[in-house]
Amino acid sequence: MKSLMACHECDLLQRIPSVPEGRVALCSRCAAVLFRPKRNSLDRTLALNLTGILLYAVAVSFPFLALKTQGFVREAALLTGMKVLYQQGMSSLALLVTLTCILFPLIEMLSLLYILLPLKFGRKLPGAVRLFHSVQVLRPWGMMEVFMLGILVSMVKLAKMATIIPGTALWAFVLLIFVLAGSAASLDSHLVWEKLDRRA
Amino acid sequence: MKPAPLTAREANLIGCRLCHLLIPLPQEQDHCPRCGARLHQRQPNSIARCWALLIAAMLFYLPANLLPITISSALGTRQSDTILSGVLYLLNSGSWAIALVIFVASLFVPLMKMVILVFLLVSVQLRSSWRPKDRTRLYRLTELVGRWSMVDIYVVTIMVALVRLGALANVEAGPGAAYFAAVVILTMFAAESFDPRLIWDRMEDRNE
Repeated sequence: MKSLMACHECDLLQRIPSVPEGRVALCSRCAAVLFRPKRNSLDRTLALNLTGILLYAVAVSFPFLALKTQGFVREAALLTGMKVLYQQGMSSLALLVTLTCILFPLIEMLSLLYILLPLKFGRKLPGAVRLFHSVQVLRPWGMMEVFMLGILVSMVKLAKMATIIPGTALWAFVLLIFVLAGSAASLDSHLVWEKLDRRA
Repeated sequence: MKPAPLTAREANLIGCRLCHLLIPLPQEQDHCPRCGARLHQRQPNSIARCWALLIAAMLFYLPANLLPITISSALGTRQSDTILSGVLYLLNSGSWAIALVIFVASLFVPLMKMVILVFLLVSVQLRSSWRPKDRTRLYRLTELVGRWSMVDIYVVTIMVALVRLGALANVEAGPGAAYFAAVVILTMFAAESFDPRLIWDRMEDRNE
């Protein structure tokens, strides 16, 4: 039983394949990704998440973009757009953007730190199982990289009518996107679940 | 002939969808002993739930495209833009690359996603055995690209933050934006509630 698993997409029962680090274990019937073992998965994910939290702090606190036209300058931080949407009576939209681009990514980074740092020293903090469960459920709802594309589109749109001045936060945000992508790629949830097993 | 592939359900087991642990039936508790996720051999009411969310998304798709998503004013003139008129404006002003991004993310992807989900639902309900691997691939695709539809919402967020120059130029979010966000969220939930294992269940019946 311990050496078997079922594919989450087609339910095929199969032996847990032994896959070298850096390769992907695929379901033999439907080719779903079962898991991807990574070299130094814990260390890498931890390092990238720590970096991510620092970049995040810069990205939310410094000016993001400034718009300059005919002597007017309008500066915006990352949270300005959500505040303005709220003032315009679009509170549900403001909430949605805040959750997907501000809160969920932060919760994910902090949770991973809380779960993985103790795991590295062979410990489990209370609530780690529940937290990792939420991290995996919330993962598709963190959309910072989509926001990045939105920034690029807006910059091109606005470049016609005004000068756009990128701020400190924008550079931090760009780096953060890469760091988050790296963190997602280095996390091996299969390994984490084995270590977090509450029955052990 | 090759023996029929054995699934967890046939073997009286449940594979946890979140952490991949195999749990024997009967199981006293309905949560995975390792990760705490709810255990189901198949997602309960997957088809009905997916249809409901999908139909709601289709209904919202109309106001999302007919109502303005931004209302911009400049020097006394007001202009309302829907998603489509925004794409056409970009195309006419020569920013075809950006027009393409918005067209794909805001019009093409949500529509394709709804068409694919309808196709998958109907094929499962008709107990079709047509190319299960490709249908699973289609399902994976809808899960993967759905989030990118949010890009237009984020563009609106950034525009309202920056274009606040009083009488000179101002941008406001229109009601279409809220409907459009609802479409994206509903289709994401619809894709999540669809259980791809239903596509494969038919294969075992045929092998019997």
